[in-house]
Parts: sequence; structure tokens; C-alpha cells
Amino acid sequence: MLEDIYTELIAEHSKARENRRALTNATIRERGHNPSCGDEITLELEVEGGVIKDAAFNGAGCAISQASTDMMIELLRGKTVAEARRLAELFIDMIHGDITDDAELEPLDEAAALKNISTMPARVKCATLAWHTLDKCLDGAAHA
Amino acid sequence: MDKNFLDDFPILRSKMNEHPLAYLDNGATTQKPQNVVRAICGYYGGCNANPHRGVYELSVRATKVYEDARRKVAKFLNAKSAREIIFTKNATESLNLIAYSYGLPNLKAGDEILITIAEHHSNLVPWQRVAQATGAKLNYIYLDADGNLSQADIDKKLSTRTKILAVTQTSNVLGLVNDVKGLAARAHEVGAVIVVDGAQSVPHIPVDVQALDADFLAFSGHKMLSPMGIGVLYGKRALLESMPPFLSGGDMIEYVEEQATTYAELPQKFEAGTQNVGGAAGLAAAIDYLRGVGFDEIERIERDLTTYAIGELKRLPYVELYGCDAANKIGIVTFNVKDVHPHDVATILDAEGVAIRAGHHCAQPLMKYLGQNATCRASFYFYNTRQDVERLIEAIQKVRGVMRLA
Repeated sequence: MLEDIYTELIAEHSKARENRRALTNATIRERGHNPSCGDEITLELEVEGGVIKDAAFNGAGCAISQASTDMMIELLRGKTVAEARRLAELFIDMIHGDITDDAELEPLDEAAALKNISTMPARVKCATLAWHTLDKCLDGAAHA
Repeated sequence: MDKNFLDDFPILRSKMNEHPLAYLDNGATTQKPQNVVRAICGYYGGCNANPHRGVYELSVRATKVYEDARRKVAKFLNAKSAREIIFTKNATESLNLIAYSYGLPNLKAGDEILITIAEHHSNLVPWQRVAQATGAKLNYIYLDADGNLSQADIDKKLSTRTKILAVTQTSNVLGLVNDVKGLAARAHEVGAVIVVDGAQSVPHIPVDVQALDADFLAFSGHKMLSPMGIGVLYGKRALLESMPPFLSGGDMIEYVEEQATTYAELPQKFEAGTQNVGGAAGLAAAIDYLRGVGFDEIERIERDLTTYAIGELKRLPYVELYGCDAANKIGIVTFNVKDVHPHDVATILDAEGVAIRAGHHCAQPLMKYLGQNATCRASFYFYNTRQDVERLIEAIQKVRGVMRLA
């Protein structure tokens, strides 16, 4: 079971540095926090004409929360705000075990590797932190 | 000896993720022995009625169960009178009761509340709220290098402006036992009252409220073999009598008129509404069980497990320990595995059947003071064994491999 969670891919993404930085032209910044465990991220997006031009984050937390954030960042670049919102919804549905057909998960690309977290209720919050934070960001984008 | 305990706690024989359970999260809650489970079933199966209200035989029986439990707690803590024992939901409610019924009416701008940086949020946030509402100042005692309370800080911050000194007897993160008796004497010298959070001490060491000269003491039943939802507030009678009620409603009144009410005597004044009688029955049975084991034996076992665990963990170069060099330490070992977040450690240990706590342990200011976002905590009770510790160590040795760091 552990091997299904702590895969090579997750290990790589949790240690990756490229997306950990501050955006000079950020248009939206949002903090996400899991009060029960102390995981914390700051997510920054550069949105122009309804398209996410760039995204980055800073934060501290467990391997699952950090890998999930890193994968999400890579997925977001070049997506429209509407597409990003659909991806967040899809990811959260996947973690909550609401999606049974793997084909539906294709748009999530590498982030679909976190699917097995749906069998670990204690870690669901770790996986979804970034995506809930993204949701809040996009609320901001809609009002901008 | 170990086998006898296991017979009383069948849950400790369960399997978790196909491994036998090593339950090392006793600081969060303990397991319940069969005599406690039987006492709860016995109450609901044979004595259940609303106490204090009915004149009929069954209600009289329920009242007896409840008041016998109160007398047992009074004796357990060596309180002068059972009237000084207020049943609550847990230590959190007990501490809130003190904050709202003693702190709010007695503090004003310019007064000070002194607490320690090692407090659980339940002995910290209520005091923040009292300080905000009254204009009193909230001060902190910090720690020395060993993790003990800094004497210099106590000397500096305890003054005649201090009206309340609120301190945990045992830290839920570091497991260090504070000298409450000495602190009580110091508090009384400057005219302050001392509030003792006994949530992590009462289950593990003998606590005599008169010997400590504690003004208030709070603890939870569920951390000492009892069901969840029953807790205790001890308060000196004169203090409790001087305080207004916390919650109001049924059972805490003497006379109610349209515009005014006079309140019941202690302890009913602080027990509004139907109380947790089944919980009190369970708590009484838990006290019987602990007496049967004996606090000398409990301390001996926990000290052995703590020393053994610290010694083994120190042999692992990638493990960092916190507050583990102090002598006055029992039952709790707090650590981190280098480069691995505590939640990942806890998940990997769980896969081996080892249950520990990971996170900030409801003590965020202490975590910040220690410079950690979170830690792992293994906490023992007398039913744990050296084998549980061995399982913990073996599981920790797998962590870095699973995380692809080794």
C-alpha cells in the first residue's frame, strides 16, 4: 500500500525546486493552510486575459501536500481560468473517490498519480490543500 | 504482568494494516479497560434515569451513581470536599469555566495573566480571550535549553500585577513535569491564583491538590481510561463559591422568577442541564483500575519505556529529539526524522501498525518556539511494552527508505 502512495514520481515532485519561487508579476496570491497539521502554502498566479501565464508556490508540509502542489502548478500554465477550475473540481472529486473511470482522470496528467490517496482518509486534506487554495485564487480571478 | 493488562484491553490485540497494533498515542486518548466499559453498560443497563430530578427509586439510584463518582474523584485528588469537584465535558471545558467565571469578572486593564509557552491551546486561547475582553496583559514564561520553565523568566514576569498563573503540570509535547507546588507558592506570594492543567499529569502521577495548594485543577477522563465526554474541574471551595455560573439552565438554580434567579449550591451551580452520568460511572471505574495498578507501578513502567525509547532513538543519526535530556520527563517522546515531514512518518508507521501523533499537538506557540512546523510524538501508558517500543524503532528505520532518501 505504501508503495502506491510514496512512488518515485511523488518523491520527485515533493523535492522539486523549480516551481518554488515568488512570481514577479503575480496578479493573485492566496495562502492555504491545514490547521490540523500545520501544512502551509502560498500560491501565486499570473493571469492575463483569462489565461494563467505563470504559477508558482512556496510552503512547507508533508511530501503529499508538496508533491500535489508541484504537480498542480505544472498543470496550470497556459490553462484558462475556466479550465483550471474544472481541473480543481476533477482532482478533488478523484481524491474523494467519486470517480471510478480512470479515463476521466486524463486531464489531470501526472496529478492522477495521487488517486490512491482516496483510500487514505487521514491524508485527503494533504492532497487537496493546493487545489482548494487554487479554487480560492480563481474566485479572486473571477472578480478581478 | 503485561499479559494481564492486555486481557483487560482487548483492543490492544487488534490488527492494523495486517500488523499487531502498537498504540503509542496515549497523550491524545487512552484505551478503556473492560471494567470501565462494564461500568458504563451497567449504568445504562440498570440505573439510568435523570439524576437529581426524580423522586422515584430509579432516579435515586442514578443520583447515587453520579454522586458516588464525585466522592471518588474528590478522594482521588485529596480534595477537602466533594463539593469542590465539578463535572465537565473535559479539561478544555474546565479551563474555559475558570476563564469565564473567574477570569472575566476578576481581571481589569493593568492586570496580568501569566502562562507558559508550553501550554496546550486549551490553556492558552481562553486566556487570550479573557485578556482581550478585560484589557489584561497575557505574558509567557519561556523555556531553558533543557525544555524546563526558565526560572529567570518566572522571576522577571511574576509580580503583584499577576492575577492568574495558568500552567500545565506536564507538557503534552515535551512530557516535562513542572514543579507546580513551587509555582503555587510563588503565585500565592504575589496574591495570584494558580490554575493547573492536569490533563497530562493526573493520568500518570499521583496528584494531591492540597499538597500542591492548587487553586484550580482541570483534567479529562478520556486520557485516563475513562469514556470521552467526562472531565473534572477542581476548585477551592471559597473561590468556586465566589464565582458566577458558567452555563445556566436546568438543575443549577435555587429559585427562578421572571427577572431574577438564585443559584444552587456547589457543585450544582456549575452543572447546568442533564449531566454525563454514564461517563461519571466510567471515570469512577477508571480510578478503581488505576488504584489497582498503583501509581508507583505506572510511573515505573512509563519511565522504563521512555528511557528505553530515547536511548534507542538516540542511536539513529537521522532522528532529532526535543526535550529529551531532562530528568523530570515521563511518558512522552517527541522527535522528527530528518528531511521527512511528521505526517509522512506517521503514515509509514501506521502501515506497520504503529500509531503515533504527528502535527503541532495543539501547541502552535511552542512549535514556533522550538522552530518546528510539526513533530512526531509517541506517548506511553502503563499497558505499553518494550515490544511496542521495538516496533516503533523498527518502523522508524524504514521511513527514509520509503521516502527514497536512503
